[in-house]
Amino acid sequence: MENLDALTSDALQAIEQAQDIPGLEQLRVQYLGKKGSLTDLLKGLGKLDPSERPQAGASINAAKVQVQDALEARKLTLSAAAEATQQKAEAVDVTLPGRRQSAGGLHPVTRTLQRIESIFATAGFDVVQGPEIEDDYHNFEALNIPAHHPARAMHDTFYFDSGLLLRTHTSTVQVRVMEEGEAPFRFICPGRVYRCDSDLTHTPMFHQVEGMLVDEHASMADLKGLLVEFLQVFFEADLEVRFRPSYFPFTEPSAEMDVQCVSCKGEGCRVCSHTGWLEVGGCGMVHPNVLRSSNIDPEKFTGFAFGMGVDRLAMLRYQINDLRLLFDNDLRFLRQFSEGQGV
Amino acid sequence: MQFSESWLREWINPDIDTDTLVAQLTMAGLEVDSVTAAGQDFSGVIIAEVRSVEPHPDADKLRVCQVFDGTDLFQVVCGAANVAAGQKVAYASVGALLGKEFKIKKAKLRGVESFGMICSAEELGLAEQSDGIMVLPAEAEPGIDIRKFLALDDSLIEVDLTPNRGDCLSIAGIAREVGVLNNLQVTAPSIDTVAPQIDETFPISLESPQHCPRYLGRVLKNINPDVQSPLWLQERLRRSGIKSIDPVVDVTNLVLMELGQPMHAFDYEKLEGGINVRLAANKEKLTLLDGKEVELSPDTLIIADRKKALAIAGVMGGLDSSVQAYTRHIFLESAFFTPQCIAGKARSYGLQTDAAHRFERGVDFNLPRQAMERATTLLLEIVGGEAGPVIEEVQSLPEDKAVTLRAERISRILGITMSAEQVESILTGLGLTLINKDAESWTFAVPSWRFDIAIEEDLVEELARIFGYDNLPVTEPLSRFSLKLQFEARVGLPTIRERLTALGYQEVITYSFVDKKLELLLGAAETDLLPLANPISQDMSVMRTSLWPGLLGTLQYNHHRQQNRVRIFESGLIFSNKNNKIEQISKVASILWGSQFPEQWGEQGTPVDFFSMKGDLESLLGLTLEEQGFSFIADTHPALQPGQTARVVRGEKTIGWLGALASSAQQHIDINGKVYLMELDLESVAEARLPVYQELSRFPSVRRDLAVIVDVAQQTGEIQLAIKEKAGELLSEIVIFDVYQGQNIEKTKKSLAIGLTFQHPSRTLTDEEINSIINNCINVLEAQFNAELRM
Repeated sequence: MENLDALTSDALQAIEQAQDIPGLEQLRVQYLGKKGSLTDLLKGLGKLDPSERPQAGASINAAKVQVQDALEARKLTLSAAAEATQQKAEAVDVTLPGRRQSAGGLHPVTRTLQRIESIFATAGFDVVQGPEIEDDYHNFEALNIPAHHPARAMHDTFYFDSGLLLRTHTSTVQVRVMEEGEAPFRFICPGRVYRCDSDLTHTPMFHQVEGMLVDEHASMADLKGLLVEFLQVFFEADLEVRFRPSYFPFTEPSAEMDVQCVSCKGEGCRVCSHTGWLEVGGCGMVHPNVLRSSNIDPEKFTGFAFGMGVDRLAMLRYQINDLRLLFDNDLRFLRQFSEGQGV
Repeated sequence: MQFSESWLREWINPDIDTDTLVAQLTMAGLEVDSVTAAGQDFSGVIIAEVRSVEPHPDADKLRVCQVFDGTDLFQVVCGAANVAAGQKVAYASVGALLGKEFKIKKAKLRGVESFGMICSAEELGLAEQSDGIMVLPAEAEPGIDIRKFLALDDSLIEVDLTPNRGDCLSIAGIAREVGVLNNLQVTAPSIDTVAPQIDETFPISLESPQHCPRYLGRVLKNINPDVQSPLWLQERLRRSGIKSIDPVVDVTNLVLMELGQPMHAFDYEKLEGGINVRLAANKEKLTLLDGKEVELSPDTLIIADRKKALAIAGVMGGLDSSVQAYTRHIFLESAFFTPQCIAGKARSYGLQTDAAHRFERGVDFNLPRQAMERATTLLLEIVGGEAGPVIEEVQSLPEDKAVTLRAERISRILGITMSAEQVESILTGLGLTLINKDAESWTFAVPSWRFDIAIEEDLVEELARIFGYDNLPVTEPLSRFSLKLQFEARVGLPTIRERLTALGYQEVITYSFVDKKLELLLGAAETDLLPLANPISQDMSVMRTSLWPGLLGTLQYNHHRQQNRVRIFESGLIFSNKNNKIEQISKVASILWGSQFPEQWGEQGTPVDFFSMKGDLESLLGLTLEEQGFSFIADTHPALQPGQTARVVRGEKTIGWLGALASSAQQHIDINGKVYLMELDLESVAEARLPVYQELSRFPSVRRDLAVIVDVAQQTGEIQLAIKEKAGELLSEIVIFDVYQGQNIEKTKKSLAIGLTFQHPSRTLTDEEINSIINNCINVLEAQFNAELRM
């Protein structure tokens, strides 16, 4: 069986040297195919002495297995190499930028409004909208601001020839909601408001969010609780909030609310004009005249209302130092709220 | 209102520093806007006496003075024309510091040595400008520091008072507040009754007592017109932000600041017959103190004599009857005009005066007599003369007000309980009088200066204010656990915004008022426009009737800032006047300009086209899950380019527009490259369908492609519709996968490649079935659209 040993070792060597899968297949046919050399040896067993046959048969079969294993092993190696080659050919530069449409984004004021709405929603406040062109009744009269009231002078109202006006605050929506619904109430009304004033710190159009809660038990202590919590949640900081007596014809008592400067934490800086405080809005207990004009019994219900400047909250939140940026709509500015800061 | 801290402290002097005082005021609702020093920084300036004045040997305009500072004589060269021997002056000695920089040194002026400087009021920051040096009163003692002499270590406190607190527009009013806050008694200067020295009176008649219930007058004869206001008076006014004019006006202004009573002085010799307080006659004219002639409106209350109008009551005096440099006899007025009568009057004449500011907020109607006596005393001291008796006319004064306060309301509104002592001490401290009380309530009389207190809540506010808002507890409102309706089958604005930002659009917020020219150019009808009566500027003068002007403005703005690609949207109300009914409708609109994709490798920078915009719009409509309910109709719109304009329709209703910007508007905004716009009615896309599951077919689908040649102008939509109809329910999808014009096709034709997918819900389709449907479709296309099957 010297023949067998030589044949096997030839085969193994050839397999080892095979460079591709077709070459390997040829070798398989050559040795193990129907007419393969090892197959031939098996066929030749019949010519042997019967006593030698089992021994020889076992040896040939062992050789066959050995060749088969070698073929398998080589095949694995070759296919792995082929795959590696293909992968190499398909490799990309992963540092090249991805293919994409530009990112859009929300205006910082919308972003702020949505944040305010979602915070109040957790406390059960609805969001209500109202018209922007209003009549004198809803903007002033119903809010306890009769004609010639000195408070009107603070409003710098835009008028139309018909006597209609652009709402100067979102408090108008309060009136509409109370007219149409039944107490208790709990809602906020965000939106555009207008005042005839334009300089470094005033734009003729800006955004307010007005909030109202009317219920059988609603006190100034509750009002403080809600607003302190709102401001702390909004700024995600444990800021101090203070309430100062103020005057709005539609609330009594009325208060102005200041939050500890978000930029210097009350130390005093340019943002807070070195006072340590930032005015963020007004609030108070709803004036009984306002409740009555909406057919709500002030003996049964009390309520509070508050109003905040959304643009100002946005500026404080995102450290925007110029109000006019909000309405210039410079894309380089707006993208900072959707794409980040560029290079 | 601005006032001097040291003046206030003469009335009430709590043991607290300026910062604490200021914080107290602010937290009590009298918001302090600013605190500034009474005079600028300077040191080393003392009182000196001018002993002699000699001409300068080499300069006409200079004088050589010898000044005495109480110990030594110094030679000072002075350029002021008014310097004279015997004067007491402010002398900046060598080493004195004026302002932060300017140090006085020994100098030689045209060869004469000068040791220091005689100062003007301007140089010491005590006047905006001065004519010559400041001359001090004769009693000023040489050697005393000027800062001390003028009490310049004082703060000017500016309070921004809310319109309900007219009672605090005086030292007296502020002092009252500070008194309660610190639990201290206010010491007001005593005001003596001036006994008349002459009998002269002047008749007063009140023709309109509902507007002027009380009027006091007094004649002062033989005043000295040559006297100047004393320095203390000038300083007091200056520190109150009021210009010194002449002693008579200065005294009335001092009383205004001190007590809060606006007064007026007439030249007595110009008055004829008697004072008549009445409403203006129709077209009556008056030349005011500021020289402006006004035509008075008939609802204006005026002070007149028997012949003519003299002054607008409570607003401004007239020029002709005003006190002049030569005036020797005066008639003083101290009156009460009702807030309702004065409110808005000054503004209606384009005026703003201290008097009107106070009267429209309410001036104590029991104050005029005190003010009259105070002013008379001061005038007699300063300008001399003889005073006549006080003449007073009173009719129908406001009624005394009383307000009842229930203890229960205090806790209900404020969330605290207050002891009876606390309630009574705060309210009486503010000048209210307790007139009745029982176990649950109090009744207080409201003082005549508190026009803002009328109801129970007003008293609650006073309690809270003095108690301190910050001392009120902080609690959380009771919540109500009820779940709210949420309409799932509605496309709200947040969903639309989210989709648009995902499509690469940046949201913008533009003004609701726009340029009229642009509105008209974009097709607004002039009659639909709502112009503002008082616009900020011409380019913000009409309400937008569409969101496009704002978006185009933003496009232009960014184009000017080197942006070469703009995808923006806005949502908001648009406004129009439809047959005198105002419509305010919510819209969303967007603009596309530049390349379809941002510049990047592997992209050719293909510019956006109609179908870029249409695709994004379809994506929005798809949010309703009823995209097939919308259609696009070729139409025209003044803002859009003909042939690239589509009206968007849902059912029968027009709900929006889409197209390329018309060339006229494009030229107006001066921009190259096509601009695509769309606008949608938000309410019309809000209605959506709740998804309902449809059984999935387990059987294979079959796809067949058709290529047909039709006229170039043939609308694909019609072909699609015809196929859908003909193919029936088995057609599950139709796609236009190619539109081709060019080689091998006639110029007037185009080729459409249409992919059709068929599927049956419960069985496998046979070739025969599909072939038959396809043949039917081809027949229809040939018959209806003259289509030619392309092989």
